[in-house]
This record gives sequence, C-alpha cells and structure tokens, in this order.
Amino acid sequence: MKLRKLVDVLAAPLLAIVFSLVVTGVILASFGANIFEVFSRMFDYGTSTRSLTLITNTATTYYLSAVAVAIGFKMNIFNIGVNGQYRLAAMTAAAVAGWIAMPGPLSAVAAILVAMFVGALWAGIAAWLKVVRGISEVISTIMLNYLAIGVISYVIVQTGIGTEVKLNVRGTPKIQEGARLAGYALIDPKVKVYGFFFIAIAVGIIYWVVLNRTRFGYDLRASGLSPSAATASGVNSKRMVVYSMLASGAIAGLVGLPDLLGKEFSYTLNFPANYGFTGIAVALLGRNNPIGIAFGALLWAFLDISSQILDLEGVPREIVTIMQGVIVLSVVVAYELVRRNRVRTQQQNVGKALAAATTNEGSK
Amino acid sequence: MARISLPQAKFVRISLLIFAGITALSLARTFADTADLSSTGTIGAAVGLAVPIGLAGLGGIWSERSGIANIGLEGMMILGTFGAGWAGWQWGPWAGVAAAVIYGALGAFIFAVVTVSFGVDQIIAGTAINILGFGITQFLAKLAFENAPGGGQTQSPPVTALPSITISQIADPLSSLQKQGIFIISDAAGLLSGFFFQVSIITLLAIAMFVLTAFILWRTSFGLRMRSAGENPWAAESLGVNVYKYKYIAVTTSGALAGLAGAYLAIVGTNVYREGQTAGRGYIGLATMIFGNWRPGGTAAGASIFGYIDALQLRSKSNISGLALLGAIILIAIAIMMLLRGMRGTGAALGLLGAALLSAFLLTTKLPTEVALVAPYVTTLLVLATASQSLRPPAADGVIYRRGEAH
Repeated sequence: MKLRKLVDVLAAPLLAIVFSLVVTGVILASFGANIFEVFSRMFDYGTSTRSLTLITNTATTYYLSAVAVAIGFKMNIFNIGVNGQYRLAAMTAAAVAGWIAMPGPLSAVAAILVAMFVGALWAGIAAWLKVVRGISEVISTIMLNYLAIGVISYVIVQTGIGTEVKLNVRGTPKIQEGARLAGYALIDPKVKVYGFFFIAIAVGIIYWVVLNRTRFGYDLRASGLSPSAATASGVNSKRMVVYSMLASGAIAGLVGLPDLLGKEFSYTLNFPANYGFTGIAVALLGRNNPIGIAFGALLWAFLDISSQILDLEGVPREIVTIMQGVIVLSVVVAYELVRRNRVRTQQQNVGKALAAATTNEGSK
Repeated sequence: MARISLPQAKFVRISLLIFAGITALSLARTFADTADLSSTGTIGAAVGLAVPIGLAGLGGIWSERSGIANIGLEGMMILGTFGAGWAGWQWGPWAGVAAAVIYGALGAFIFAVVTVSFGVDQIIAGTAINILGFGITQFLAKLAFENAPGGGQTQSPPVTALPSITISQIADPLSSLQKQGIFIISDAAGLLSGFFFQVSIITLLAIAMFVLTAFILWRTSFGLRMRSAGENPWAAESLGVNVYKYKYIAVTTSGALAGLAGAYLAIVGTNVYREGQTAGRGYIGLATMIFGNWRPGGTAAGASIFGYIDALQLRSKSNISGLALLGAIILIAIAIMMLLRGMRGTGAALGLLGAALLSAFLLTTKLPTEVALVAPYVTTLLVLATASQSLRPPAADGVIYRRGEAH
C-alpha cells in the first residue's frame, strides 16, 4: 500500500522529467549536437565539489522562494509578488544591517526580522486589496512588483541610503564581517555553503509542522480545499487570506538573504531579480510539499549550475530553461491526468461497492 | 425609446470625459509651464509606446472573453520579438511581422492545448509559457544571431524599417497651433497632431485590430458564441456551441496579437530583436485590459495613458513636475465628483492623494524620475481599488471547463 502511494506521488514528476529530456533531446539533435555528450558533460560538471556547493546555495534560495509560493497555493492564493517582496525586503535589510552599527550577530538577526517584516508588509497590501476590495492578488501583486522596482531605484539612486559601492554601481553600504552568514566549507575546501542553508531547512520544518500539526495549518488547508466547507465549520476565510498572504510575504522576504548575507553583502541595482518565478515552478514541481519542494529546488539548481559548462561546448545553455519550462508545463498536465484518473477509479470503486451491496440486499 | 437614447448618453459622456481631460491637460501645461505636455513629439511617442501594450491588452480581451485567463501574453510577445528579428533580418520587415504573428500564435496554441484540452490551471500554465518563451528565444537567438553580421548572442542583425505615414498638410498646421500655447485649443491640436506625424503602418494595423475586435466580438454571432464560452460555458454547451473550438480560436488569436505587439517592439520601436525587449509589457497589457473593463475602447484608453506617461518620462526629466500636476488635478476632480455622489471614504482618500501630489509639485523644484516610473502601476492599482465594483470580468474567466461536466 505504501509503495503504491509512493509510485502515485512520484509518477507525475518523473514522467514530466523524462518527457522534458525527450523534448530537449530532440531539439538538441535537430541542431546537430551529440545528446549523450551534452548530458554527460553536464553531469560531470554538475557533480564536482565546487558545483555541488553552488547547487546547495542556489537551491537554498529557490527553496525559500518556493515555500513562500506554496503557502499561498495551499490557500488557493497565487502570490506572483514574491519578486517584489524579496527585493524590497533584501534592500531594506541590507540598508539596516549596513547603516546601523550593531554587534555582529544582532545585526544579522535584525536583517532577517526586517526582511520578513517588509516582505509581509508588501504582501499585506495585496491581501488588503483582495479582502476589502475584492481585487485578484494575481494582478495586484504584479503591479506591486513594478512599484517595488520604482521604490528601490528611488531609495538607492536618489537618497543618501545608497552609496557608490563599486565604480558606477550604487547600492547599500557593505555589511560588516560579523553580521554576515558567509557559511562553512562543507563540501569544497574553497567555496562555502551558505549559512542560510540551515535556516532554509528550519523554514521547511516549521512549514511542515505548522501546516500539519496546528489548528492554523488545518484551517488553511481546509479553506484551500473547500472554502464553503471551511466557512461552514467556522473558519473566517477573509482572515485566512490575510494570514496566509502575510506568512507567504514574510518567507518571501527571506529569499534575497542567502545571497545578501552569504555572497553580495550589499544590495545593488544588479541584485538577482527573478527568484520569484523560479519559486512558482519549484513549488508546482514539489506539489507544495516541504520535501518535494526540496527535491525540486535541488533539481532546478542542478540544471542552472551544471548548464554553465554548455556554452564552452558550443551548445547554448538556455537549453535548460527550455527543459525547465517543459517540466513545469508537463508536470501540471501529468498531475491533472493522475488526479482525474484517481477520481475515476474512486467513482468506479464506489459504483462496484454499491452494486455489490444492492445485490446482497436482494439475495437476502 | 430608452434603447435609442442609451448610446447617445454614452457618446455624450465620453465626449465630456475627453473635454475634461484636455482641460486638465491644458491647466497642467499652463501652470507647470511645460509645453511638452501636449506637444506633437510627446503625443507621437505616446502613441508609439501605447501600441505594443494595447495589442497585448487586446490579446488579453480575446482570451479572457472566452474564459481563459492569459498571463502567458508576456511569453508569447517574447516569441513575437524573436520571430520578427529572425525573419525580418533575412527576408524583410513584412516577413518579420508575419513570423512574429505565427510565433505568438504557436505559443498560444500550446497554451490552449494545456488549458483547454487538459484543463490545467490557467495562471500556472501561463507562468510556464512565460518561462518557456523566454528560454526558447534565448536558445534560438544564440544559434541564429551569434555568427550573423551585426548580430550577437542576445541581439539580431538590424531589420529594415517599415513605412510610416506623415500627413504634413494636417500635422504641420496643428503642430504650429500647439506651439502658440492657447488654452485648451492648442492642447487639442497637439493631441490630434500626434496621429498624423510619422505614424507607423503597424500602428494603423493595431487601430484596425481594435475596431475589428469590437465588431467581431460584439456584433457577430461568432463573437456572441465566443463570449458565451467565457460567461457560462455550460449554458453555451447546452445550446450546441462547441466551447473548446471557440476557446482555441480565441486563445490562438490572443497569441497572434501578442506576437504582433512583439513585432512592433522589434521592428518599429527599435530595429532589432533584443533579449528582454518586452520588459513586462505583456503584464502591463493585462493591466490595461482590466483597467478597460475587458473592452477594446477602455483598453485602448488605458494603453494610451501608460504610453503617455512613459513618453513624458523618456523625453525629458522636467516633464515629471507637469505630470505630477496633471495627476493632482485629475485626482482632485475625481475626488470632488465622488464626494458629491456621497462616496465619502474613497473620495477623501483620492483627495488626499491628489493633495499630496499637488504639494509635491509646489514644494519641490525637481521631482525624481521614479514618480513617472511607478505612475502607471499606481494608477492601475487606484483604478482597481476605487472602481472594482463597476468592473465586470467575464463570469467564467479563469474557470476550468470540462466538456460534459455541467453542474
């Protein structure tokens, strides 16, 4: 029974990955590339200790982004605003940690709390618009993303908060050594695993516990599965929308911090900008499950890092972006087909049971 | 009787609205002393910037009127820019336009297969199309343009220009009338002149598309059936409408329009395909569609506002104070109207915002460019927040419809 369940869970993502390998294989072959050569080079490059460290670090960021998206998904809320939330949050956190002199660790804690607060605040605007004005969060968070870009640009370029960090690059002042979470050389002697890696694991555990072992998590899942049933059993659905959006925003606020506290140490206008959409893809692949998301994040990070070798081989490394797009598209189709199949089997089973019951009644 | 007087009332209302808009523009131009606010150049640039956004919005109307929420417009537009650069460079600009439309439509067709036939969540599928569109174009661009003369990994070789039309007999006198700075009259002249000076042929095509869409969707039985698929697909099905077919046609058309928007960006806006050229215009197009209440006229108005603000900011930094004053005048006017109608909360909020903009104009000598950068998005949010009760999306927009599963 347990094995059967595992197969059920894994079938769709594995099918999607295989399908994407076939599609990208066909594309590569049609341009005259040696498919096996390409994939084996990627695998070799991606499994070096340096690459594995980079993959862990990248996956840390993707994981946080995906958890932020997943919290919304659980409540049927589509938080497309992770991009705006984490950028504004990382900028504010960088400014606080960079400008205000505090003892090292305290500064890092302050940065994390500020980031969560700003992320929640920005997501809270969308929550307010949804609950009070009935505006779809899909469109309001997209608008808020652009608004965030404007605010960041204003703060960094026009106010005294931004300084010239490098030649012609404006950003927040560098965060002092003690406040950094540069990490530990666990896998490769030269490259460090981000300190935030452990925080991401903690976030995953908290996400699982809150969702599965608390009243709040139960209400959240109930509202997501059936809003009317949840309301009937006394759950205030508007309040749940606000709470889940705030929680999603708070986690989204953390998305920029692994890079900020582990590598960049300053928020510049060149700060990575598109982790939010990656988070959506990874959350879909991992079905909003904390462990599933971890695998999704690692896969995405592996593809991103290992593909860096491809340009040297004369194959555009964007082939992996195509691969990722195909995976997302086919995994949602596969999940839908599996779901429909399950519903059909259940209906058939119920039908059989009913038929058996009535014949038994009749024979009595 | 009532049936006849209704369109007239609408016509009068729109005329009054336009007149009020020109008056506000005129006031802002006079008091902020920025003639550029209604100059031929600004309006011409605004029209140009509005075209791709408007076309994306129009694509959104097609898709969402059939009940498919299309967030993948951005990806389809990206495919369009690549098609335009790739075919345009080799076989001329018209081939580029054709390829852009086909590429956009192809992206949309995949989207339709996933959302209509497989019944997958439309927002999720749209996000995936955006990822895919971006990846495919980056990949193909490297292969197609890296070794091409004048091209590079992220940029196509130049495409020859498409013809643009100037009717100088009309544009010149209007333009000189605008320069005289007469209250209201000059501003109206300036607004008009922009439509006769260096108007790209694609702009004309885009305007034709708006008219055609309005006609097809609201004046033909095809359009009625298509919209019925977006309002109540189960009822449409019970009347024998092949809902899947209409959704497929609508979504594919939507992608073709997004592709045309991409062609405009690559061939008219610049003369090359360039990575990241769309810069989120697909999303902005969706915003204008909502702004325009899922109708062509309103969407065109929304796109024009976006284009206008963008044009002002691109032309000169000194325009931004004028823009702030214009925004303040409009906000305060709307606030007064709302207060008179008894909508106290919203009226007061808008009035406060208007007063804040007005004081920003009065107290600072130079407003930061970021004000113009965020203005369109704040406008959209404001419209959504204040008018969400009167906006009416198609009833089954974004709803997954399965044939034969009526409930």
